[in-house]
Amino acid sequence: MPIQTRRGENSQTLIISIVGRFDFSTHQAFRDAYEHGDESIRYYIVDLSDTTYLDSSALGMLLLLRDYAGGDSASISIENCNNDVRRILSISNFEQLFAIR
Amino acid sequence: MEESIAEPKPLTILIADDSDTDRLILAALVRRLGHRVLEAKNGQEAVQLFQDCDPDIVLLDALMPVMDGMEAARQIKILAGERMVPLIFLTSLSEAEDLAKCLDAGGDDFLSKPYNRVILEAKINAFNRMRLMHRALSRQRDLIRERNEQLLQEQEVAKRVFDNVAHTGCLDAFNIRHHASPLALFNGDVLFAAPFPAGGMLVFIGDFTGHGLPAAVGAMPLAEIFYGMVTKGFKGADVLREFNQKLKQILPPGMFCCGGMIEADFKHNQLQVWNGGLPDGWLVRANGDLELVPSRHLPLGILSSDRFDDSMDTLPTEPGDRLLMLTDGFLESRNTEGRLFGDSGIRWALESRTVSQHPFDAVLEAVKQFSASAADTDDLTMCSVEMVDEVGISIIQDRTEPSPLPGPMEWHCEYEIRERTLGDFSPLPLLLHICMEVPGLRRKSGEIYTLLAELYSNALEHGVLELSSHWKQSAEGFDQYYEERRRRLSRVEGHFIRFSLSHSMTSSGGRLRIVCEDSGSGFDFHNHPILNEDQRPGRAGRYAGRGLLLLKRLAESVTFHQQGNQVEIIFDWEVAGSSSNPASSHRQ
Repeated sequence: MPIQTRRGENSQTLIISIVGRFDFSTHQAFRDAYEHGDESIRYYIVDLSDTTYLDSSALGMLLLLRDYAGGDSASISIENCNNDVRRILSISNFEQLFAIR
Repeated sequence: MEESIAEPKPLTILIADDSDTDRLILAALVRRLGHRVLEAKNGQEAVQLFQDCDPDIVLLDALMPVMDGMEAARQIKILAGERMVPLIFLTSLSEAEDLAKCLDAGGDDFLSKPYNRVILEAKINAFNRMRLMHRALSRQRDLIRERNEQLLQEQEVAKRVFDNVAHTGCLDAFNIRHHASPLALFNGDVLFAAPFPAGGMLVFIGDFTGHGLPAAVGAMPLAEIFYGMVTKGFKGADVLREFNQKLKQILPPGMFCCGGMIEADFKHNQLQVWNGGLPDGWLVRANGDLELVPSRHLPLGILSSDRFDDSMDTLPTEPGDRLLMLTDGFLESRNTEGRLFGDSGIRWALESRTVSQHPFDAVLEAVKQFSASAADTDDLTMCSVEMVDEVGISIIQDRTEPSPLPGPMEWHCEYEIRERTLGDFSPLPLLLHICMEVPGLRRKSGEIYTLLAELYSNALEHGVLELSSHWKQSAEGFDQYYEERRRRLSRVEGHFIRFSLSHSMTSSGGRLRIVCEDSGSGFDFHNHPILNEDQRPGRAGRYAGRGLLLLKRLAESVTFHQQGNQVEIIFDWEVAGSSSNPASSHRQ
């Protein structure tokens, strides 16, 4: 499975991990990962430690998650990105929208 | 259109055999399976029957008089064309070579004599399934081909519509180089360029997420906004703000547009640049030095207006400096080994070029040589803007089509801005817009804008704020001037600037009268050196000379009233062609 979800230690946190390429082919799986979660989720962590590649449609998917999670009031962090992935996120200045660690 | 593979309806089966007994036995067997039978006694008859009756499956004896089975098979396959008509050889041959010949001639299988009813039925059914599958696939392929042609045709038309909205602006100006695929619109790339009414130009390069129709639909309003606002005199930051708001409103949350806005000011030799999500831009200095223009903003269409940052970076330039901006298609080009071109590829191309080679050509050449297939360059958009002497650029033509409507000829309006608004708002686009309603003035938009802008900045900075232009003559003074300007703008209680515009018809065209009055204390215009034809600019407190000279050069007349806080300008225009040289015919 390229996309896996689990709960954080705090049960209000949903951790979504993407393995391999994060691009349009993961679109539906990524949406399913958060859209059918329960109401108690307050925080999201997108774990990119095993993500090798990220393209502009993935940026779009992150924006969709942000929109779903409440837009400006969303609490989402993107964690463990490799250098290539971090570079793409920073060209688009996504650190203004997400906590990137 | 899906057909059941196991179609139960009877088939028409052609049987060709010169042996009457064999043919009768086989025909009886096939009829008993529920199919219709056509009988031929030799190859020639078989070809004729095939042509006339269009059978579904053909059973051919290999050895026949007149025309043998091999030749008949060849001819039938040619007649069938793309259609799949299974062709089964009836044979008592058992040599591998003979059997192979049957298949080479176009046969699909054999049936050995004497016939076995069970095998015969199984083969007919198997080949019928194959025939139906082939037919279904062919139909689907034809449908896809047809749809694709239709799509390309629609894109062609859509592209023409878009081109009429976006036109090429001033992309063909001699200081701009650009590369974009003819169908870039459907790759999500856009490129616009337009001259400002009062000189300088604005260029936008954009890259939508996603391809095809959604990207093209998003590009439409951008083109409208861009060309509409630039002709009205709005600056890059205003256009960006409008772009962002429009895209935020129309695009779904996951879609956005990476973009770069380049505002070239040839008069002051500077570039203002905004990069939101595009790869680093490259400022290639006339001496070859390279400076990066990195993305400092989120792409367009993500942030709400109140959080959007339209601030542009200012880069001082010299004539000959060139700014290169490109979409990420360049960085993502791959060579045959799958390696990326990347930023390092661009740096290499720029650093290793010969002195005479344009940086634009160097990068394009390098990426073409690097990438695995030439088709890759379809997804690339790049432009370069070169800084030039202001004089050279004035030949850029304003290609705005004249409106077919006659427009207002006799009118008057007054517009006054007061107090805090003096610092917050520029009335220039609005005033220019009013003047541009007159078709005859539309060709003069640059001159009108310059007149309005000079009057306004003079009224504000020297009239209302009482700033001295002497300060601007030294570098420290320049900073002091703008610091003081900012400070004084916060205390403008009771102040105003009033524009009165009147237009009337004349025998050869029209006359625009602009009166600009401010609440300042005015100046001693009676003893002003320039107004007294004494060419020593820089001495007077209020008009430092350049602005006033410009007004005098553009207008029929410039007159000061009251204590110098009211300026009246007359601007005449003539119907095109009514005078050989309207610009100089009646200067004062």
